Amino acid sequence: MLRVNPFIRRTIGPLAVLLIWHVASTYGWVDARFVPAPLTVLKSLNQWMFGTPGAGPYSGTWFVHAGYSAYRVFGGFLVASVFGVVIGCIVGWSRLMSDLLDPIIQIVRPIPITAWVPFAVIFFGIRDASAFFLIALGAFFPIAINTAAGVAGTPALLVRAARMLGVRPHNILLRVVLPSAMPFIFTGLRLGIGLAWVLVIVAEMMAVKSGLGFAMWDAYYFLRMDIIIAAMLSVGVLGFLSDLFIKVIANHVLRWRRGL
Amino acid sequence: MKAKNGGSAPQGRARIVARGLRKVFLDISRQEEVAAIDNFDLEIGANEFLTILGPSGCGKSTLLNIIAGFDHPTDGEIRLDGKIINKPGPDRGVVFQEYALFPWLNAAQNIEFGLRERGVSKAERTLRVQEQIASVGLRGFETRFPHELSGGMRQRVALARVLVNDPKILLMDEPFAALDAQTRTIMQNELLKVWSAERRTALFITHNIEEAVLLGDRVVVMTARPGRIKDIVPITLARPRDVTSAEFNETRRYVSSLLESEVQAAFAAMQASADAAS
Repeated sequence: MLRVNPFIRRTIGPLAVLLIWHVASTYGWVDARFVPAPLTVLKSLNQWMFGTPGAGPYSGTWFVHAGYSAYRVFGGFLVASVFGVVIGCIVGWSRLMSDLLDPIIQIVRPIPITAWVPFAVIFFGIRDASAFFLIALGAFFPIAINTAAGVAGTPALLVRAARMLGVRPHNILLRVVLPSAMPFIFTGLRLGIGLAWVLVIVAEMMAVKSGLGFAMWDAYYFLRMDIIIAAMLSVGVLGFLSDLFIKVIANHVLRWRRGL
Repeated sequence: MKAKNGGSAPQGRARIVARGLRKVFLDISRQEEVAAIDNFDLEIGANEFLTILGPSGCGKSTLLNIIAGFDHPTDGEIRLDGKIINKPGPDRGVVFQEYALFPWLNAAQNIEFGLRERGVSKAERTLRVQEQIASVGLRGFETRFPHELSGGMRQRVALARVLVNDPKILLMDEPFAALDAQTRTIMQNELLKVWSAERRTALFITHNIEEAVLLGDRVVVMTARPGRIKDIVPITLARPRDVTSAEFNETRRYVSSLLESEVQAAFAAMQASADAAS
């Protein structure tokens, strides 16, 4: 059993879950109205994705919702990346700025992003801006904190070596500190994109009227558990793909670490 | 084997001149000032290979860091070709014991780093990098990243990385201390080969007596902390030197006798400070 190829080994777990799920809802272990069988969900997802628009409440609208969610995730994530890397560099590089900013970051960071929803809605309205704000705020922290750790951990010897080789003080950040902190920055980006998918659902359930999170909340009112599960799986797959995307970039940028 | 007093350079023209150098650090745990080097006068001649030998903690590295421009002396001054040294620069190439290569750049890119930083054209960079790669024996390793290279190979990259900038002086801080004995011997010979080709001024710090005598035109023996010059021994043995010859070992014994009491003093001081701390 252990000798079969890793890909097959890795599909066994999910298949087992599907099987148990199927048996449980088909043979009445759970109420099929609340936990519809996998095939039912698949049919609903198919209808949701490829059905004729207007043929039913959830027919053919998947791409619009998924598109909105992805747009918000990447928009919010982009804003979080820019602010996270810049502020992370400042905090990691300057003792003074660290003493000034780090306490703020450490106190604001534990506040759940859901607690910001009322403010987001009051200031930005039930619009995209609210979602962008919530996602950017949530993804900002892991990116900034990891960047700061990477920047602060730049070996002083490498800075000396660079100065000795003719790098001017104002170029040290670009030539030495950023490349040296890159593994940390990518760790922050991967945590950030993961969090962005969590937050887009929260934001769409509460602060906007489109996207997979909104569809999920809407489906809940009509007890369309099949749509809820389909949306959950969609988010899982899209989140996985976004992480993979960043991982591929990281593997290229950090190719010097291969085998390290 | 008469030792020369004072630090004047043997061949007239001095490249590095240090006068009354003193460097004081604050020992935070004991809240007192400690002099790393004190009353230090030294001249390093053009084309001279000077080795500095001393017990651990005697301020050898402090001296090198001041010449490199990483550190500033508390008192006194140090000049390179008449100009006061106050910051690091590519005219003083430093080879560190811990290599200090940029891990995200491959061997060739590490060597190219200084040239690129100073805006040397791509064509000239390629030419000069290739030249250095050949001269330090790195052919075939150009695209390896530092962690894919052995210690000896990394130190070759580090050496090529500074030589490519054509520095006025080569500063080496125990560069071979982390290498195994065989690699160390190979690297010493490689270094001498590269050095004899251009006779570039070189300052080499070590705590290894044989290495100091093998490489140096003169050996500066330092005292235990605070680091002062105990004696300067000119090494008149013809190059290439044979470490098994009677003359070599006579010189080595002499240098060793100078150093021994300092090593003991350094050890006693270390024990005293450990006792004081406990």
